[in-house]
Amino acid sequence: MGDSMTDPGIMTHRIFIPRDVAALAVGADEVVAAVQAQAAALGAPVAIVRTGSRGMFWLEPMVEVETPQGRVAYGPVQAQDVPGLFAAGWLTGAVHPLRVGRPEEHPFLARQTRLTFARCGIVDPLSVADYKANGGYRGLAKAIEIGGAATVEAVTKSGLRGRGGAGFPTGIKWKTVRDAQADQKYIVCNADEGDSGTFADRMILEGDPFCLIEGMTIAGLAVGATRGYIYSRSEYPHANATMGKALEIARASGLLGRNILGSDVEFHLELRVGAGAYVCGEETALLESLEGKRGVVRAKPPLPALKGLFGRPTVVNNLLSLATIPVILDLGAQHYADFGMGRSRGTMPIQLAGNVLHGGLFETAFGLTLGEIVMEIGGGTASRRPVRAVQAGGPLGAYLPPSQFDTLYDYEAFAARDALIGHGGLVVFDDTVDMAHMARFAMEFCAEESCGKCTPCRIGSTRGAEVVDRILAGRDVAANIALLEDLCNTMKFGSLCALGGFTPYPVLSAIRHFPEDFHTRDSRRRHLPAAAE
Amino acid sequence: MTSATTHTAWDREKAAEVIAAHRNLEGPALPILHALQEAFGHVPQDAVPLLADALNLSRADVHGIVSFYHDFREAPAGRHVVKVCRAEACQSMGGHALAEGLLRRLGLEWGGTTADGQVTIEPVYCLGLCASAPAALIDGRPLGRLTRERLDAAVNEARADWATA
Ligand SMILES: Cc1cc2nc3c(=O)[nH]c(=O)nc-3n(C[C@H](O)[C@H](O)[C@H](O)COP(=O)(O)O)c2cc1C
Ligand code: SF4
Ligand code: FES
Ligand code: FES
Repeated sequence: MGDSMTDPGIMTHRIFIPRDVAALAVGADEVVAAVQAQAAALGAPVAIVRTGSRGMFWLEPMVEVETPQGRVAYGPVQAQDVPGLFAAGWLTGAVHPLRVGRPEEHPFLARQTRLTFARCGIVDPLSVADYKANGGYRGLAKAIEIGGAATVEAVTKSGLRGRGGAGFPTGIKWKTVRDAQADQKYIVCNADEGDSGTFADRMILEGDPFCLIEGMTIAGLAVGATRGYIYSRSEYPHANATMGKALEIARASGLLGRNILGSDVEFHLELRVGAGAYVCGEETALLESLEGKRGVVRAKPPLPALKGLFGRPTVVNNLLSLATIPVILDLGAQHYADFGMGRSRGTMPIQLAGNVLHGGLFETAFGLTLGEIVMEIGGGTASRRPVRAVQAGGPLGAYLPPSQFDTLYDYEAFAARDALIGHGGLVVFDDTVDMAHMARFAMEFCAEESCGKCTPCRIGSTRGAEVVDRILAGRDVAANIALLEDLCNTMKFGSLCALGGFTPYPVLSAIRHFPEDFHTRDSRRRHLPAAAE
Repeated sequence: MTSATTHTAWDREKAAEVIAAHRNLEGPALPILHALQEAFGHVPQDAVPLLADALNLSRADVHGIVSFYHDFREAPAGRHVVKVCRAEACQSMGGHALAEGLLRRLGLEWGGTTADGQVTIEPVYCLGLCASAPAALIDGRPLGRLTRERLDAAVNEARADWATA
C-alpha cells in the first residue's frame, strides 16, 4: 500500500461518485453527504468528483477512490456503509466486503470495447479540461484538418449505421445533406430515447455531454450546417440539466459559436425538450414537434435530409450515432470498421435491462450471441428464476425465447428472425411473465402513443387490446387469436411509420413463441405466481 | 426540479412575460408551453388566446398542440407528482403490481389526485432506469429498485413535508 497515502493530512484524496440518475435513484447523493460528514469528522481531506456512471448499475452507487494503484471501486455503497469504509482504510484501497477492485479489471468492463463510452463514468462530465485530457476534440481537430468531404467519407468508410433503430448508413445520409443546396442546414440529435430498456443516450447526456457537442459540431462541418438542436425528453430532467450546463460551458469556452478551435467552423446548438409523446422519437414527428406543432408523422418523401427542419436539409441522427463520430475521426474509420461482423461494423452500446442480474451498459463489437449477452454477461435473471423471454429493441421489438439464444447480435441476423436490434435495449423476463399480458401491453402502448394519422395504427391497436382481453378472459380463444393475427397484418401493411407497423412484432412473437400463454388461459393462470397477475 | 410544486394563480401579465421570453426562438411553442406549465402547474385555458396571438395560430391549433402532448395538463396536479414507470423493463421486475398497489392504497386511478390535493399519480413510459427497475420519479427525485415499502415511504415523506409545514 502506498505509504504517502497513509497520512490523510498530507494529500487530498479524490473520491469519484456518480451523478448519473441511476446512481441517484439508489442513494448516491446520500452517500456524498455521508462521505463529506465522515471526512470532516476524521479530518481527512477529500475532494469529491461527480462523474457519469460506468454502467454497472447493480453496483451503484459505485464509489471510486483514487489510490497510488489507480482508482479502486466499492459498491453498492449505502450511506450507512461509509464510516466502515473509512475505518477499513478505503482511502488506500483497502479490503472491504464492498470492494470491487479496479473497475477496468472487473469482468463486465474488461470484456467491453469502449469507443463511444470511452470516457463515461471516468471524467467529470462538466469539465472541458477532463474532456480534452481524455481524447476530446481530437476528432474535430482532425475533421477541420481534412475538411467536410473527407469527413463524410470517413464516416461512410467506418460503416457506422444509425443507432436509433433503422440502422441506416450514417455517411450516406450525411452525403445527401452535404450535396443539398440551401441557405440554412440543420443537425438534429434524436435524444428522445423512449424505448423501454434503453438508457445509453441518457448516460452520455449525463456522463459525457461534450462528446455529443463535438460529434454534432463535426456533423455541422461535414455537411455545411451551422445550427443544431438536441431533442431530448421530459422524462430525463437530470440529463437535460447536465446537458444544458454543458452547452453553456461550451458557448463560454469557444467550443460553440464562431471560430471553433480557432478555425472558421461555426456551429450553434440548442437543447429542446419533448413533452411525453413516444411517437416524437420518429424523425419526422420529431421535426414537427421541434417546429412547435403536434408530433404527427410526415409522409416520406421528401426525406428530412432534403426537406427537414423548417423545410431545410437536415441530418437527423440518434444521439449514439453522433457521439460515435469523434472517436471515428480520432482513431480512424478503419479502426472503427475493424470491429464487428458482416454489415454491422463497429461497436454497439448494448443495454441490459429488466429482470437481469448484471444490468447496465455493455459496449461491444457486433457478433456475440444473444445467449452470451443475457446469460454470461447479464448473469441471467435478477430473481434467479429461469429466463423465459427477452424483448429486443424496445416496445416495437420481438420477444425472443431462450431457444433463439444462438442469434448473433447483428442487424441482419436479428432481422432474419423477425427481430430488431433497434437502439440496443434488451429487456429480460423470468418465467413469471404472462406473455398475453405483454402482447396486450404492446397494443395498449400503440393505442396510447399513436399520432393518429393511420387508421390501422390508431383504431387497430385499440381493437387489438380488446381482442387480447377476450383471450385473457378465455373467450373464443382460437377465433380471437386468428383475429389478432389478422389485425397485426393490417397494421403491418397499413401503417405509415414503425409505431403501427412494428407493434405487431412483439404481439406475433409472443403468440408464436409462447402459445401456451394464449391457448390455455385457464390452466396457465392457476399456476401463475400472484405477482404476474 | 426536486421540490414540491408551488404555483401561482392565473396572472395574465406573468403569462405574457413567459410567452415573450421565448417567442423569438425558432419553433417556440413547446418551450413556451413548458414554461407556462412550470409557472402555473398546468397550461391555463386563459393562456391559449395569448399563445395563439403570439404564435399567429388559431385557438383550435393551440388547443390541438396542448392536447397532443401527454405532459401538458389542463388542470393543476396535486402538490406532489409521483410518476411511476409502466413500461416493459419495470414490468419485468414487478412494476405492474407495485403501481396497482399504490393506486389501490391511495384510492386513485392513473392521473388521479388524492382528496387532500397532495399527491397525483401519473404513468410514465420509461425513465431510463430500466436496469434499476422498478422506477419512479417523485417531484423530480429519481427512485430505483423500488419495493412497496420504499415507494410508500417516499410518498409519505413527500406528503409529510406539508403536514408538518
Ligand atoms: C415510433 C418511433 C419512435 C422512434 N424513436 C426513436 C428514438 O427515441 N430515438 C431515435 O434515435 N430514433 C427513434 N426512431 C427512429 C427515427 O425515426 C430515426 O430513424 C432515427 O432518429 C435516425 O437516426 P439514426 O440514423 O442515427 O439512427 C423512432 C422511430 C419510430 C417509428
Ligand atoms: S403508424 Fe401510427 S404513429 Fe405512425 S404515422 Fe401512422 S398513426 Fe402515426
Ligand atoms: S401522442 Fe399520445 S395520443 Fe398522440
Ligand atoms: S422501463 Fe421503467 S425506467 Fe425504463
